[in-house]
Amino acid sequence: MSDEDDDIVLSELDDEELVQQMHDDLYDGLKEEIEEGVNILLGRGWTPYDVLTKALVEGMRIVGIDFRDGILFVPEVLLAANAMKAGMAILRPLLAETGAPKLGCMVIGTVKGDIHDIGKNLVAMMMEGAGFDVHNIGINNAVEAYLEAIDEHSPDIVGMSALLTTTMPYMKVVIDAMKEKGIRDDHVVLVGGAPLNEEFGKAIGADAYCRDAAVAVETAKEFMARKHNQMASA
Amino acid sequence: MNQLPDDRALTDRGLDVPVATAPDQVLLIACGALAREIIAVRDANGWDHLAITCLPAKLHNDPQHIPQAVRARVRQARADGFESIFVVYADCGTGGLLDKVCAEEGVERIAGPHCYSFFDGNDAFAARTDTGEEMTAFYLTDFLARQFDTLIWKGMGLDRHPDLLPMIFGNYEKLIYLAQTEDQLLEDRARAAADKLGLVYERRQTGYGDLTTFLQRAAI
Repeated sequence: MSDEDDDIVLSELDDEELVQQMHDDLYDGLKEEIEEGVNILLGRGWTPYDVLTKALVEGMRIVGIDFRDGILFVPEVLLAANAMKAGMAILRPLLAETGAPKLGCMVIGTVKGDIHDIGKNLVAMMMEGAGFDVHNIGINNAVEAYLEAIDEHSPDIVGMSALLTTTMPYMKVVIDAMKEKGIRDDHVVLVGGAPLNEEFGKAIGADAYCRDAAVAVETAKEFMARKHNQMASA
Repeated sequence: MNQLPDDRALTDRGLDVPVATAPDQVLLIACGALAREIIAVRDANGWDHLAITCLPAKLHNDPQHIPQAVRARVRQARADGFESIFVVYADCGTGGLLDKVCAEEGVERIAGPHCYSFFDGNDAFAARTDTGEEMTAFYLTDFLARQFDTLIWKGMGLDRHPDLLPMIFGNYEKLIYLAQTEDQLLEDRARAAADKLGLVYERRQTGYGDLTTFLQRAAI
């Protein structure tokens, strides 16, 4: 995409063209262009929430689809994520100030014995972009770390990630500990990571397995909608 | 016996199913990254009735495709006349799906979560996993030392985007070269790979580990 875009001056584009261009720039992982685009839209009076959802999240959604379809690969997704991260860094304080709508709260981390965090960080970023308050507790988390974070943040959703066949069973340890404490049903548990599958998610007692960041966001939104419906009908 | 292609071909294309030449011939369906090691063990033991076919080693970076690729190769081999088939793939990040395919197809695979584990010896590797002492280690085998640039450096896009290095390898601290053979050239390459990734270098001579026992069982 970038070859055609060499001479484009972002500030000369109208809003619709600029948003479209930002989708392309995210796709191409152009961090500086994304920062510039975010600032231009804010300067034109866009709300931080609209910039986030219409320009960044939608752009990353397209990246996610092409990753799923095998058109984009991990390096390209990482570059896109870097670009989105740069845009988010500008928007985050503004979103806090303007009180953008929050869909829910999530605690997310990679399980004990596992240091892999690329996918987990992508999910965290996309969840934040989708309007979740995300507490990313990092890598190599023992059950105590999850329980502490759950206690501290009272999340709607607990997310666990693992990249290794040897570490993914630890997710069950965390879920079992939540059961023991009697808090399992207070939270939606989403699991993900390359070696996982739906069957595994069910077997360990998770609410859902999410094969990628986009699915994680959609699944989280569905669970939140169900929760609100239940509360409304109670 | 089929001729062994070079590492590049083993990475990109693998190795076709050979023509079955005798009724007692056993077929090993393996990862391309294990071809040389399997042949070395086979030849050293005179297990000439073990034939080998390989899937592309580049599946290492896309393990979700391994189970169906193995299934297709098993079925092809059966159609080509092989009755006794063994799978020389560890779980390799398939999260149990490869085991499911093997059970459905009635074939046995080598035990272990990764080739690093069975080269190291599954019991020893599991003990290290339990203590977490090598949690921040990135492993190379002989094949991966030879193919580091193609499979890891270029495969992860680091040749085009070296700035991604901290995102991909930032949590690793050391590179452990699990050496199947004594080879100074490979050691130099493994050390250079560690330097490139900014990791502390360590070498461990493993030999062929549990691969030998598995092939022995297949050969009987």
